[in-house]
Amino acid sequence: MKLLNFLSVFLLPFVLFYILVYGLLQKKPIFELFIKGGKQGLHTVCELAPTIVGLLLAVGVFRSSGALDYLCSLLAPLGNLLQIPVAILPLSIIKMFSASGANGLLLDLFKTYGTDSYIGFTASILLSCTETLFYTLSVYFMSVGIKKTRWCVPAGVFLALLSLLVSTRIAGVYATGP
Amino acid sequence: MLNYIWAFMILVGILTAAFTGNLETVSNSILDSARDAIDLLIVMAGVISMWNGFLAIAEDSGLTRQLTKRMQPLMRFFFPGIPDEHPANSYICANFIANFLGLGWACTPTGIEAMKSLKALELERGHSGTIASDEMCTFLILNISSLQLIPINMIAYRTQYGSPAPLSVVGPALLATSVTTLAAVILCRLMVAINNKA
Repeated sequence: MKLLNFLSVFLLPFVLFYILVYGLLQKKPIFELFIKGGKQGLHTVCELAPTIVGLLLAVGVFRSSGALDYLCSLLAPLGNLLQIPVAILPLSIIKMFSASGANGLLLDLFKTYGTDSYIGFTASILLSCTETLFYTLSVYFMSVGIKKTRWCVPAGVFLALLSLLVSTRIAGVYATGP
Repeated sequence: MLNYIWAFMILVGILTAAFTGNLETVSNSILDSARDAIDLLIVMAGVISMWNGFLAIAEDSGLTRQLTKRMQPLMRFFFPGIPDEHPANSYICANFIANFLGLGWACTPTGIEAMKSLKALELERGHSGTIASDEMCTFLILNISSLQLIPINMIAYRTQYGSPAPLSVVGPALLATSVTTLAAVILCRLMVAINNKA
């Protein structure tokens, strides 16, 4: 418990410290390198910008129009069959597209059901064990001009479904609330 | 694929809104999402440029090369097709380390660099470079399965929303991540094997 708190506070400063000391020991012009890398980083962000605008636009329209809720009610029977609570479905779908969108939904779930309820705990695990499929896919592949993504989308969707199953099962064992 | 999914979300959204009388909300959300995206990008710009700066130091000083050497067995297991001395190894290692430690947006710049060097490898092999290689797919799927050891952000959210035991998610999350990552590894192996047979 204490160790984890310590880790979460010290990890970032420690990594930076280690990199800087290592660079100094190798007698490298660290500040110049930092600036050079930083410039490249900004360039990367500019290149990412349209992708992120496009993804957030799609997520925003899909959510606000009620289409997401509609899709989730269509998927509800399948969810029931696999014993996945319907409240979790929108989170699982949005998580494939946008981490910030998923965080917004997560906080809604926390407010409605509580952090350690079955649903709150499932959501906690779910967001800890998957990354955003379509964000990563479009950012990584578009940056190098890949047009054919081959088996990535089916494999990613399969993993998203698997993580949903795994999260609900594990939460069933560990959740302390109702 | 992405073309269709993207269009589907927007078109179905607009149609649903038209039929349910929700068009005003959707018009607002179109403009809001575009603005939100730029807000997000401004935060990202700071963090990514910071990480890229530190990565440049780590790379030039030979730190990533040293770490890569230690992770070589792991790389050979996941990516048997990448030659030992290829620069793709070190970018993938840097990305995996950033993922393990949960350094969030440090993953994006390393991931993009890794993809660029994997593309270079594809071009060296004489391929056109517009079709994802086995290594690219494997790298992407492993990234999506989440390699993070401690879900630091999740602990913070849980604390913020008054969880009596914010850290109780650590063990279960690690278990879940192990299962999905293992499944991802098997899945990638399987897909590579199937594709190379055909």
